[in-house]
Amino acid sequence: MPFSLDKAADCYDVIVIGSGLGGLTTAKRLSYCGHKVLLLEFHHQLGGLATWFKRKGHIFDVSLHGFPYGMVKTCKKYWTKEITQSIVQLKNIVFDNPQFSLKTSFDRLDFTALLNQKFRIPQTTIDRFFATVAGMNFYDDQTMTTRELFEEFFPGRSDVHRLLMEPITYANGSTLDDPAITYGIVFSNFMNKGVFTFEGGTDKLIGLMTEDLERNGVTICTNAKVDRIIVEKGKVRGVEVGGRTITAPAVVSNSGITNTIQDLAGRDAFSTDFLAKADAIRVNNSSCQVYIGLKPEAAIEDKGDLLFTSTAPIFDSSELLDLHTRSKTFSIYYPKTRPGHDRHTIVASMNSRFDDWSTLTPEAYDTEKQALIERTLVDLNRYFPDIEEKIDWLEAATPKTFNRYTLHTRGTSFGTKFEGLAVSRSIFKEVGGLFHVGSVGIIMSGWLGAINYGVIIANDVDGYVRSL
Amino acid sequence: MTRDEIKDLILEIIKDIDEDADFDTLQSDLPLRDQLDLDSMDFLDIVMELRKRHKLQIPEADYPQLASLTSCVNYLEPLLKNI
Ligand SMILES: Cc1cc2nc3c(=O)[nH]c(=O)nc-3n(C[C@H](O)[C@H](O)[C@H](O)COP(=O)(O)OP(=O)(O)OC[C@H]3O[C@@H](n4cnc5c(N)ncnc54)[C@H](O)[C@@H]3O)c2cc1C
Repeated sequence: MPFSLDKAADCYDVIVIGSGLGGLTTAKRLSYCGHKVLLLEFHHQLGGLATWFKRKGHIFDVSLHGFPYGMVKTCKKYWTKEITQSIVQLKNIVFDNPQFSLKTSFDRLDFTALLNQKFRIPQTTIDRFFATVAGMNFYDDQTMTTRELFEEFFPGRSDVHRLLMEPITYANGSTLDDPAITYGIVFSNFMNKGVFTFEGGTDKLIGLMTEDLERNGVTICTNAKVDRIIVEKGKVRGVEVGGRTITAPAVVSNSGITNTIQDLAGRDAFSTDFLAKADAIRVNNSSCQVYIGLKPEAAIEDKGDLLFTSTAPIFDSSELLDLHTRSKTFSIYYPKTRPGHDRHTIVASMNSRFDDWSTLTPEAYDTEKQALIERTLVDLNRYFPDIEEKIDWLEAATPKTFNRYTLHTRGTSFGTKFEGLAVSRSIFKEVGGLFHVGSVGIIMSGWLGAINYGVIIANDVDGYVRSL
Repeated sequence: MTRDEIKDLILEIIKDIDEDADFDTLQSDLPLRDQLDLDSMDFLDIVMELRKRHKLQIPEADYPQLASLTSCVNYLEPLLKNI
């Protein structure tokens, strides 16, 4: 069980601020390397955006819609066998929009067949496209955009662009105008074997991770909001938290990269060159979600696990972000997702802009939130005609909700655009002992990206601490 | 450490990373990545493990030196000579 702050000692080898999947993994790796680690989390619950909440007997998962198969290898190497064994495939991915309706296992084999037979794309083009995206690396040329990539292989085929792009826009907030590598790397990860989920839910995953950290001797404190990272003579000295000063030669911030620089360390700690790069960072979009709990006795037909739905005539990155977007995903959680729990829950997710919501008056905010729920029910009715009678819990989250819970700048759901990665990765060269982990650069976001980035940063921290 | 000991050390670390790794047909001069299905995260694990076990600091610029078993041994031999 995590402690309250008064149980923490005054001095550690490393302090990790924030318990998102990136922070948790960095803490795990550093304790494994023999360091004395303190993990401080602002919220009462660990996990960051990998979170869940309970209402009237329902458990809602916020960010458990799907991740690539790579999670198996990653969890096996950096977490535990038990965690690895709970990863299961979501076999039925559905697309339904005015251009096409289809069901797929979302892997290379099935996509190849679909592109060839349904979309009439020549086999050689498909093979060349897959080879191109599979060969993409994050250090490659970033001048080509995803739009240009699609136009090169599938010119004028807005239907194919939609099939290829829509899921990735939901998965990492990238648009047609982001570097093609941010698309290609994530898309190839999924195409490897399809879409996977964590059986037992997010609460089970975070519970197992917490136990593992405790076994490794990490001190974990919740309800512990760090107010400041103390920097002296160009080096980190520790943190201020709950009126206390706790010292460490290395501090890893899992708070957003923009929050870390602007609010926690403060601009004074950095050179003007570095600040210029930091100021140019664009944060990614935020999200809206509608959480729907069905009555205990209510059963619904299996219509697929993940439904990418839209009534917009063609795919358009900005339509997906609109306050009144006609595009949303439905994640359907059947009782099999949580063995031992008999409920069906549905979570509708949309991408959304923070500014569209934060500028509303309180009355307008409530009205828009209600309208969001109503639009969602209209859309859901197309798949489950009698759904309204079966519902016994309805609630919505907006970008303001995400901002309140994670403190992230403008409630960002997927960290920053590509330029955030270089700033995050080089921050310790600016301020000795200061590191950042967490969603950056599009590719280092999502459950898999955040965990792997946690390992990469732990290696940097370990190298630094051992060189002191 | 002798060259053979270094080779065994690398193989032992790889075995920890991937218990299914098959060394029977491994050719020392060819890239490990192609023969054992190792990705960039696996190489990072090797670097971290070498630091943990032998306090070796391998700068990122030198990671390419770990490409094949032979290049690993060549690179590590002077660094591990007193161990
Ligand atoms: C709606 C939604 C759906 C998503 N769906 C998926 C999905 O299906 N699959 C997938 O792979 N990914 C999904 N993601 C993305 C994924 O959840 C995130 O990329 C990942 O969980 C982020 O991890 P992180 O390490 O960046 O930290 P975060 O989860 O952002 O956590 C940061 C933590 O730091 C804490 N913190 C911040 N400031 C302080 C402070 N000053 N003091 C103490 N603590 C602090 C916060 O409270 C938080 O716990 C989704 C995200 C959203 C929003």
